[in-house]
Formats: sequence, C-alpha cells, structure tokens
Amino acid sequence: MAFIGRSVPRLEDRPLVTGKGRFAADVSFPHQLHMRVVRSPQAHGRILAIGTSAALGLPGVVAVWTAGDVSDIPPIDFRMTKIEGLEPYRQHILATDHVRYVGEPVAVVFAEDPYIAEDAADLVEVGIEELPVITAADGPVGIFAGTASTEPAQVRKGYGDVEAAFKSATHVVELDLSTGRHSAVPMETRGALGRYDASKDVLEMYGAAKVPHWNRDQVARMLKRSPSQVHFYEGHVGGGFGVRGELYPEDVLVCAAALRLGRPVKWIEDRREHLIAANHSRQQRHKIRAAIDATGKIIGIENEFFHDQGAYVRTHAATVPDLSAAMVLGPYHVPHYRTLGHIRLTNKTPCGTYRAPGRFETTFVRERLMDAIAARVGITPVEARRRNLIGKDEMPFERPIDALGTHVVYDSGDYAGLLDKSLRKVGWDELQMSIEARRAAGELVGAGIGMFVEKSGLGPYDGVKIAVDVGGKVEVITGAASVGQGVETVIAQICADTLGVDYTAVRVVHGQTDRIDNGMGAFASRVTAMTGEATRIAALKVKAKALDMAADLMQAAAADLEIVDGRVTAASGAKASIALGDVARHLLPVSRTRGEREPGLSAEGWFFSDHMNYPYGVHVAVVRIDAETGDVAIEKYLVAYDVGRAINPMLVEGQIVGGFAQGLGGAMFEELSYDERGEPLSVTFADYLIPTAHEVPSIDVLVTEDAPSPLNHLGVKGAGEGGTNAVGAAIAAAIDDALGLPGAVTQLPITPDRVKQMVVRRADFAASGIVQKPLS
Amino acid sequence: MSAKKNITLNINGVDHHVQVEPRRTLVDAIRDECGQTGTHIGCEHGVCGACTIMLDGKPVRSCLMFAVQADGARLRTVEGLADGDRLHPLQQSFIDHHGLQCGFCTPGFLMLTAGVLEQEPDISDEGLIDALSSNLCRCTGYQNIIKAVLAAAADMRAAR
Repeated sequence: MAFIGRSVPRLEDRPLVTGKGRFAADVSFPHQLHMRVVRSPQAHGRILAIGTSAALGLPGVVAVWTAGDVSDIPPIDFRMTKIEGLEPYRQHILATDHVRYVGEPVAVVFAEDPYIAEDAADLVEVGIEELPVITAADGPVGIFAGTASTEPAQVRKGYGDVEAAFKSATHVVELDLSTGRHSAVPMETRGALGRYDASKDVLEMYGAAKVPHWNRDQVARMLKRSPSQVHFYEGHVGGGFGVRGELYPEDVLVCAAALRLGRPVKWIEDRREHLIAANHSRQQRHKIRAAIDATGKIIGIENEFFHDQGAYVRTHAATVPDLSAAMVLGPYHVPHYRTLGHIRLTNKTPCGTYRAPGRFETTFVRERLMDAIAARVGITPVEARRRNLIGKDEMPFERPIDALGTHVVYDSGDYAGLLDKSLRKVGWDELQMSIEARRAAGELVGAGIGMFVEKSGLGPYDGVKIAVDVGGKVEVITGAASVGQGVETVIAQICADTLGVDYTAVRVVHGQTDRIDNGMGAFASRVTAMTGEATRIAALKVKAKALDMAADLMQAAAADLEIVDGRVTAASGAKASIALGDVARHLLPVSRTRGEREPGLSAEGWFFSDHMNYPYGVHVAVVRIDAETGDVAIEKYLVAYDVGRAINPMLVEGQIVGGFAQGLGGAMFEELSYDERGEPLSVTFADYLIPTAHEVPSIDVLVTEDAPSPLNHLGVKGAGEGGTNAVGAAIAAAIDDALGLPGAVTQLPITPDRVKQMVVRRADFAASGIVQKPLS
Repeated sequence: MSAKKNITLNINGVDHHVQVEPRRTLVDAIRDECGQTGTHIGCEHGVCGACTIMLDGKPVRSCLMFAVQADGARLRTVEGLADGDRLHPLQQSFIDHHGLQCGFCTPGFLMLTAGVLEQEPDISDEGLIDALSSNLCRCTGYQNIIKAVLAAAADMRAAR
C-alpha cells in the first residue's frame, strides 16, 4: 500500500489530544531552580548600577547574576548569512554597560520557586542614564557604540546595466512601500531547562527546537565544553515559524547556571516577555523603481530598502535582508537589476526570521509594483503579470544572484499555468462582472492577485539513521526538528513506502542530539525535501540488507523478493514469507545465520544539495470595504501553490491554511509598535491582535504538482511558507481595487483606521472631479 | 508572600490535597502541585484560552483564577476527557480533521468546546464558531478546528 500522496492521519496527534504532550514547561527535575530575567525598562541608556542586595535578601533566592558574572561567555554568534562587519553588533547574554531595547536582559535571578524569582526580579534595582533613542530604520545613521554606526552593513545584489535600462524606458514606475513590524508569536512561549549530570559529565538542555544541533555546538563553545559533553533535547514544540528555537540569551543562561549552581535551572517565558524579547520580524521600507516599455514589460528594477534589525544582530545575521534582495524579483523577467539594502540598528527588539522571511515583505513590494505597472500602461493586473512571467520552457531559470549563499536557479515551474488554473478556480471573469455590478450599486468591492516564487529545501545536507528492531518496528533517527508541522508523519510515510512497511510501524526520532551526531534542524521549508530524501536513501539501504538476508533464509534470489506490509515475500506470489523483525533477528551480532554480514538491520542515509528548490504560487483575494468603519471583509480567498509533490495533501493544505492566517495577521491586524521613546506598545494579546476564528475566513486551496523538483528523487518542494507569502500583496491589491484607487495601499498592516483614511481620500478625489478608473 | 493554605482540588474525580499560597493561580496548581500538565499556559491574561478547563461543568480560564478559589470544586482537564482508551468524540474528530498541528492550544480548545456542548448540546453552528473565537490557535488557521468541532457536535447529537 502506498502512503506517499495519501492524507493519512498524523502519528503525532494522540498524545497531543489527551494531554500527554511534553512541552518545555512540562519538563521538571527534582531540586530545580527557577530563573527570572530582569529586563531593561529603557530603550537606550548607559547602565550606572545594578542593585541586587534586596533581591538576594529574599528567602528562597539562590543567586542573582549581572553581566560581570558571565563576562567570560562570548556573545551569541551568527548561524546563517554572515557578512562582514556585523560581529560588533552581536548580543551578549546579559547587557554590558549599555541597554539598547526595552526587554534586554540585564540581570537574572535564580530562586527555589518561580513566584519568588519574580518577586526578587522586581527588587533588582537597575540604574540607567537615558540616551537618545532611534526607532526609525530609514532616518539618519546614528551611533551604535564608539565608532560603530547604526548601519553596520549593506546588502548589494544585481546584474546587467541598470542605468541603460532606465535610459531606454518608456515609463518609470516608482513606489515607496513599508511592511510593519510583527512576528510569529507561537502559542507556546519559549522555555528552557538546563541540567548538569555530573555522573556522566554531561550538560543537558530541554526545550530545544528548530536547530538543536547548531545550538548544542554553540553552547558547548560558549561554555568551553566539547559538543559530545552537551546534549540538547527537543520535546513537543508549540509552534516555531522561524522564531522559536534560535539560540537566545536565556538558553545559554540556564545552561551556564546549571553548571555553576549545580542544580537544574528552569526558565519559562511569560507572554509579555515573549512580545518584547523573542525575535521580531518584517519591518522594512522599500523605495523601488521599475523601468518599463510601452507594453508594460519590465526592462529593469532598482530597489533601495531599509531593514529594521532592532537593537542587535542575532543568529540570522543578514538572512532577512539577503532574502529580500534575492527574492524580490519573483516569477518575472527582469533583464537588469540592482538593489541596495541598508541593515539598520534601532532601539527596538532584535529581529530574525518569520515564516516566508524576506518574501512576505518583498512579494508585497513587487506585486504592488506590478499593479502600478498595469495602471501606468492601462492594462489589467493579470495582463501585466502575463507579459512578464518567466516561461515554463525557460526552466531551469538562472538568476545571476545568490540567496543564502546558494546560486538562484528556479528549478522548475509553470507560472502562467498556475495563474490560469487560479483564475479558472475563482471564476475570475464572472467575478469581474459581478464586482462591476455591485460597484455600480454603490458597494466598495474589489479583487486582487499576488504571485510569487518561494524557496525551500535548503541544504547542504541531511543524514538519517534507520533501524528495524526484532519486533519489526522501524526507528528513523533524524537531526531534523519538529515544531508541530507533521515531520513524524511525513517522514514515516516516505520510509514506509520505500521500505515496504505500514507507516504506523515507523517511529521518527528528531531533535535529540544524543541519538545522532549531526543535524540541520527545521527551517527554510527544508525537512520534507532534505530529510525526506535522506530517509529514502537510508530506507533503500535497509531494504537491500533485509532482502539480502532474507534471500539466504528463503533460498531465493534477492531480486525475486519484495517487502510488503513488513514481510519479505516472493514477488512471484509464493506463500512463504518472513517478517522484517525476524530478518532483524537473523542479523543480530550473535546470529549464526548472519554470516559475514554487518550486524543490525540498519543503515545511514545521506543527502547533499547545493541548491534550493523553488515552489511557486498565486493568491487571489476578494474584499468588501465598509466605508463607515474601514472594516475589510474577505469574501473570497484562494491560495494556489505548486509543491512539486505532496507527500500528505491534508498536511500540505493545513500548512497553507495556517500560513494564510499568519499572513492575514501581518496584512491586517498585527503590529509591534513603539512610541517615540522606544517603549513597546504591543505587550499583551489585548494590544497585539492575533486573528481569531472570527477574523480568519474559510479559504480555497489549490495544491498542484505540475512542477516536481528535479533536485530530489521524490520531486518534493517545501509547503510551509506559500500560504503566508502573498497575503499582504493580494489583500492590498483587492483593497485598491475596491476603492478604485490604484496604489492606495502603501503600508502593511492595513488596519481599519488606515482603510478609513483611504476611504476619505477617495471621497476627496471624487469631490475634486478626478475620475479614478477602477482596475479590473 | 503569605502563609500557604491547605486546599483540595478534585481533578477528573481524583482529590489532590495540596498546600498553596493564596496568590498561586489555579493553572499553576493544576500543573505543578497536581502534575497534570495537559493544561497549558499561553498568556496568563485570559486571552488565548490554552488554559481552559471545566469547573463544575463550565469552561473557565484557569490562569485567571486562584487555586484557593477552586477549593472543593469539581475540575475537569484534558486528561479526563477520554474514557479510558476510548477517545472523546471531540478528540477523535480533531485527529480526523487535522484540527491540530503543534497541539499546544488543543487542550484548551477541547475543554472549551466540550464544556460548551455539555452546557448547550443543541447550540447552533454559528454559536459554536462564536465560542471558538474565544481561544487562539497559531498553526491551523481555525478552519480544521471548526470542521472538527462541528462534526463532533453532530455526532454527539446523533448519539443522544
């Protein structure tokens, strides 16, 4: 029975619906201490003094640390996309001399009880001399420290002759667009528990996620231990989305404290802390210009953007601006291109990645540009896109730029084909007619589209170990991580089909650094492509081993045998068969039947890949605006996404719908705003508005498999980020269309007050007699 | 801080005699004193609903109550939803409809809807979706949660 391609139920679910999950806060050890972080109340200042005596005097308090207590521990290093000049901007685990954002850890309290730790944290007196605050990334460059400016580096990419392109242009279209600061905000806050097992001389960390192996190596380095003396354990993770699982100061602090205090140390973040301390994302301003010919074909694009990095450069280094610069061109022909990205430090929470990083932002920018091109030359937005799309027959399509250190080569795709399918699915032509009729009746209703190219399957490697035990159960051990997306099920499906067992016989172990030496984790929509392929390779080896052993036992040629539902049987249909568990028994080290074969029905599989692969999609939105309140109702929404091959279509759709809801939050509701003194204004769920069941509409999903990736055997591309990617773009276009004001939306999130302002502008236009031709 | 009080929390039919400070939240007592970690903490200010349990048959936010306020009350948590190995129709329906991804918010959604359906078995679909909007989920986009809950509610009505 084939499991790949089927929507089988998830292996993960039963413990999670019965309250048997094991999330970070669910882990406890006897005699553990509780850590509470004292955070800076100021956005920028010089630390004058930190008074700890009152806190230390509270019964139950064991220790209070400030920067001086951890001065031997280096700052947290970059995991990805290192570029020159960023090192001085790394964050220390406790603030040294200066604080640079509200929420920066300045001290930590360790106590017998979490309530006491919190009491004691309130007693720590932090004296700070306030310094001028920078909250805008697009203003003048300031001073970070000493001679270091607030613009540590620039990202430059491009090719061709941009000057010539603009000289030859019939029109130049110019836009100034911004995306708002928001973030993943998973339902589980961060948590970490450090424990030193002196009996084994091993430092353990529970609460790992996303990239346990890299984090293990860093903690080992920072605390001067060998990686094999440090184990990271990933339990259940309550949502990742890019934010959870990066190495943060608190992770290092619990590990250091476990070593130095000799007791397990537990830290569980509260929601306010999460909203000011975990990575923010997305805040960028783009000044983009397109040189186009009379027909709306792009000749060249020039873009200058400002990336608000927040107060420090964390593990992602230049990842988000790098992707912004590399992915802004999307599915279109752009003969000449040049971009300049300013990485800017501000006195706000440091930033990292969030689902579709650099793409949610730049898809908004690029698709706004496509709509503006359409308006300029007087063609429909659909036609403007069609005239510029890269063709199916041009695949693989090479862009002479890099993304995340890999050469950008769109591996496969039929962009126009998916656009056609999407328009057919929503009944675009009839939709235009009904919109026209409703507008004539006075309704503010409109439709918009957003197209994009995603990226996934980031290498460079993945390795998997598979072993079949004598009971016939299959264990897959991977260095990938699970953040709730369904890794166990999907990997089990791939293993099951390759090996010839039921997927429920496969147990997938992930995120345990003591079970496998190497692992890349879960990010960049990489797991199904990379870990999936490594799994297939390992399973093929196990299968060959099983057939070789069984051939002896069954006195048949291995080539005449197959494995069906966990039993080796003759392909001819002869009755005799042997269970995989029995084959494993024959391969035990003590087995006499084993012969000269390597003991164990097990194998390792490795997969290497130098290139990412590139899924692609189309979003279509239909909205109705309430002119009185500025409320935007989403009447219809389609996400069409080509994932090459869907291992489990139900999970792919789940990723798309969930991703859409997050995109919707960033497009319309969620904003991490600050006042002019750098005081964060979104610190609870009452002021940071995550969409609820009321706000998220039922959407249509079209998953296609038209363009399998040639870069892995199964043809898989990542499914995790396409639902999020173009939500801001499509809704912005639909709102423009509803208002009949092309280019009205220049900023995300499009909150009701901003919509209301546009409605007023529209009325002003009407009063002035300027006719706005609605686009369709 | 003040002196600890002796209270009894009856969780899923089992009495837990515990000593807690009056300021200790109910959810902390359920998780730490009683070891029932299926109830989760997502915001501690009553918005996300991850900590939803049933108290004397009604769904409540256990982060917004003190443990001492629940002394003697009948509490039901996600650990008490299944009947032995037989899952509650809502639990099965969440699995069947892919109504969970990371699973962190799931116990809260299960207890919320179980409580609503026990109180109001004939609630309309719109009423149920309205109730669901009181909890937050960050993974699913809610559509499969809604499908799961509506299907389970229909099954539960049919089985009456």
